[in-house]
Amino acid sequence: MFFTENMKLNYSKYLEKKASGASLAVFRIGFGIMMCISIIRFWSKGWIDTLYVSPTFHFKYFGFEWVKALGTYTYVLFLICGFSAFLVALGYKYRIAIIVFFLSFTYIELIDKSTYLNHYYFVSIASFLMIFLPANAYFSIDAVKRKKEYLYVPKWTIDAIKLLLGIVYFYAGLAKINSDWLFKAMPLKIWLPSKYDIPVLGTTLMQENWFHYAMSWSGMIYDLCIPFLLLCKKTRNIAFVLVVVFHLFTRILFPIGMFPYIMIVGSIIFFDASLHQKIIDFVSRTFNPFKRKWDLVTRKQTAVKPVKKLAFYTVVVFFAIQLLFPWRYLAYPGELFWTEEGYRFSWRVMLMEKMGVANFKIVDAKTNKFFYVDNSDFLTPLQEKQMSFQPDFILEYAHFLGNHFKKQGHKNIQVFVDSYVALNGRLSQPFIDKSVNLYQEKESFKHKKWIVPFNDEIKGL
Amino acid sequence: MIKKFFLVAVIFLFYTCSSSSDDSPEKKKEDSFDREAVLVNVADNIIIPALEDLSQKLVALKTNKDAFIATPDQTNLDALRSSWLSAYEVWQHVEMFNIGKAEEILYSFQMNIYPVSITDVEANIDSGSYDLTHVNNNDAVGFPAVDYLLYGVAADDAAILVKYEDVKYKNYLSDVVNQMDALTDEVINDWTTSYRDTFISSTSNTASSAYNKLVNDFIFYYEKGLRANKVGTPAGNFSANPLPDRVEAFYNNEVSKTLTLEALTAAENFFNGNAYNSSSTGESYVTHLKSLDNSALESLINTQFSGAREKINELENSFSNQINTDNTKMTQAYDALQLNVVSLKVDMLQAFNVSVDYVDADGD
Repeated sequence: MFFTENMKLNYSKYLEKKASGASLAVFRIGFGIMMCISIIRFWSKGWIDTLYVSPTFHFKYFGFEWVKALGTYTYVLFLICGFSAFLVALGYKYRIAIIVFFLSFTYIELIDKSTYLNHYYFVSIASFLMIFLPANAYFSIDAVKRKKEYLYVPKWTIDAIKLLLGIVYFYAGLAKINSDWLFKAMPLKIWLPSKYDIPVLGTTLMQENWFHYAMSWSGMIYDLCIPFLLLCKKTRNIAFVLVVVFHLFTRILFPIGMFPYIMIVGSIIFFDASLHQKIIDFVSRTFNPFKRKWDLVTRKQTAVKPVKKLAFYTVVVFFAIQLLFPWRYLAYPGELFWTEEGYRFSWRVMLMEKMGVANFKIVDAKTNKFFYVDNSDFLTPLQEKQMSFQPDFILEYAHFLGNHFKKQGHKNIQVFVDSYVALNGRLSQPFIDKSVNLYQEKESFKHKKWIVPFNDEIKGL
Repeated sequence: MIKKFFLVAVIFLFYTCSSSSDDSPEKKKEDSFDREAVLVNVADNIIIPALEDLSQKLVALKTNKDAFIATPDQTNLDALRSSWLSAYEVWQHVEMFNIGKAEEILYSFQMNIYPVSITDVEANIDSGSYDLTHVNNNDAVGFPAVDYLLYGVAADDAAILVKYEDVKYKNYLSDVVNQMDALTDEVINDWTTSYRDTFISSTSNTASSAYNKLVNDFIFYYEKGLRANKVGTPAGNFSANPLPDRVEAFYNNEVSKTLTLEALTAAENFFNGNAYNSSSTGESYVTHLKSLDNSALESLINTQFSGAREKINELENSFSNQINTDNTKMTQAYDALQLNVVSLKVDMLQAFNVSVDYVDADGD
C-alpha cells in the first residue's frame, strides 16, 4: 500500500521534473542537419534513380503493398523530405515539419524493402518520437515568432531520446550474444581480413585471429555497456570518446554511410545541459551577422513548456512496443539467422555474412514443361542479392513471376525455386524446399514451413 | 570541449594503429594472402600463353583462308575448316578473361556471339560495305560467322565451293578472319607491353581492382558463357521449348561437345592455377581457399567439375542431335554444371569476401 503510494508519488514527481530546453534544441538541430545531409548525399550518389525510379519491381513490406514508387516524382518526395529536415533544424513550424519528415522518410523506406537498413528504421522511429517532444521550445524560429521562449521542458522528453538510443545499443549488444559471434568470431573473421587495403592495420591487425575475437567480444560488451556509461556522469566523457572511436572505426571498415555520424551526434544528448547551452551559444554566435548572441526573444519563460498528457502516453506505448518487438522472433521455430522471421526492426546489426543463389523454375503443371528465369531480367543487382537469402523476398518474387508469366499467356503455372544459402562461412545448403509450388503459398506472419531447416545450431539470444 | 574529445579520439586511433606490430605471437598463415602471386600466375602462365597460342592459330587460319580464297577447292576448304576448329578450341581458354583491353574493345562480343545472324551476314555480304566492329554486327562476326561461312552457306560441300566463286563471299570471309586476328593482336600487345604490370599490382579489395574483377569475370563466364550459352539455352532451360539451333558451332554440328569440354577444362585450369601450356601449377583460387583453411570447398568444387565433365562426356558430339533425341541428358549436364555456380558464386565469394562490382548502396 505504502509502496504503490510511493510509486505514484515518484511517478507524478518525475513527470513534473524539468530540464533545460537547450538539450532538446541541440538534438533537434543535430538531427535535422544530419538528415538534410543524408538526403543530399543520397541524391548526389544517384541512388534515388538506381534504387527507386528505374527498378520496375519493388519488394514490399507485408501490409504495405499500397506504397508505390512515384516514378520521377520520387525526387519531389526526397525534396520534401530534405526540406522538412531543414525546417526541423531551424525549428520553423516544427510540429508540421517533423510530421512531414516522418511521413516522407518512412514512405521512402516502405517503397522497397531491399533497401532496409537498421539505421533507416532508427531515423523513422526517432522522427516519430520527436513529433511528441517540444523540441522547438528553445532556440527555434517558432519561439521567435510566438515571442515566447521556454527555458525548460519536461525532463521525460529528454530521457525519451536517451532511452531510444539506449535501446538501440543495448539490443544490438544482446543480439551479439550468440555462439557464432562470440565463439567463432563470425562474421568478423570473414570481413576483417578482407580489409587488407587499409594502411598499416590492413595487413597486420586485420589478419590476426585474436583480433577478430577481441573485436567480437569488445563489440558485444561495448554495445551492452555504453548506454549506462553515457548515463553515469563519472564515465560519460570516456564513454563519449569510445562512441566516437567505435563509430569512426566502423566507418573506416564498412560502407555504412551516415549512420556513425548520426549516432555520434545523437549521443551528445547524454551530456549536461550546460554543454548544450554552450553549443547553442556557439551556433548563435557563428550564425549571427552581428557576431553577438542571438537573443531575439525577450520574453523568457521560466515555466516548463507544457506538453499534453496524450503525448506522454503515446510515448509510453511507443516504448513498450520498442522493448517488446525485437523479441517476436521467439514465437517462430527454427534458427532466426536462417529464416529471418523476426529479424528486421530488432537492432541486429552486422551479425551475418549471408549469401545465396535462387533459380526460379516456371512449370506448366499439365505438360510438365518448364523453364528457368534469368533474375537480372526483372531485378536490380541489389534486389537480387537481397532476394536470394530472405524467404519473404523469395515468396514475393515467386508471385511476381507467376503473375508476369500468366499475363504473357502461360497456363497452369507453378513456380519452384532451387536455392542455396551460405551463412557465416558455413558451406552453402539448400534453402527453400524445391518441391513446393511457391505460387500457391501465401505471405503471412506465420512460420514459413517451406524453408528447409538449418542443419547446424547457433546458440544464444 | 568537443574539440578535445575529437583530439583524444584521433590520438586513440593512432595509438591502436602503432601498437599493433610488436605483440603478435605467430605470423605464419595469419599474413594476408598474396593475391599478386595469383595474378602473376594467371597472367604469365595462363592468359598470355593462351592468347599467344590463339594468335598463332589465327595466323594459320589466315594463311589457310588466303589459300582457300585463291583456290576454293575441297582440299583448301578442309584445311581451312581444321584450322578454324583448332583456333576455336584455343578461344575457349581466352573467352573468360574479359578484362583490360579485351573489356575495353568488347573483344569477346566480336569473337563468339552465337547464334550467328544469317540475315546480318548475308546482308553484309550482299552490300559489300560494313563496319565489322559495330555492335549490330556482333552476331555476324567471329567464330560463329566463320562456322556459317564454312559449313552453312549451302547444303553440301560442292555447293559451298560454288558460293566462293563469288568475290563477295571471299571478301567477307577474309575480312572476318582478318578482323579476328587483328583484335587478338591488339589484346595481346596490350598485355605484353603495359597491361600485365597494371594487372598484377591491382590487388586491392575494391570493385575495380583486377583481383576482384577477375573473380567476378570468372564466375560470370562459368555461369553465362559456359553453363547457359553452351548447354542451358539450347536445352531449353530458359525457354518454353528446346532451341537446338542455339548450340555453339551449329553449322559444323559435330564439335559443340568438344568446345564445351575445352571450356570446362579452361575453367578448371584457371581455378586450380594450372599453366596453359605446361603441367606446372601455381598460385590460384585453390591456394587462396587453402590459406583460408577452406580445403573442403576447394575439393568440393573440383569434385563438381569432374561430375560435370562426366555428364558432358555422356552427350553426343553434336549437342543439337542430343537435344533432338534425348534432351534429358542435356538438362542433366546443365544440372551438374549448376552445382558449381552455387559453390563459386556463394561459397567461394563469401570466403574471399570480394567487394562485388555491381551493388552500390550503404550497408548496415
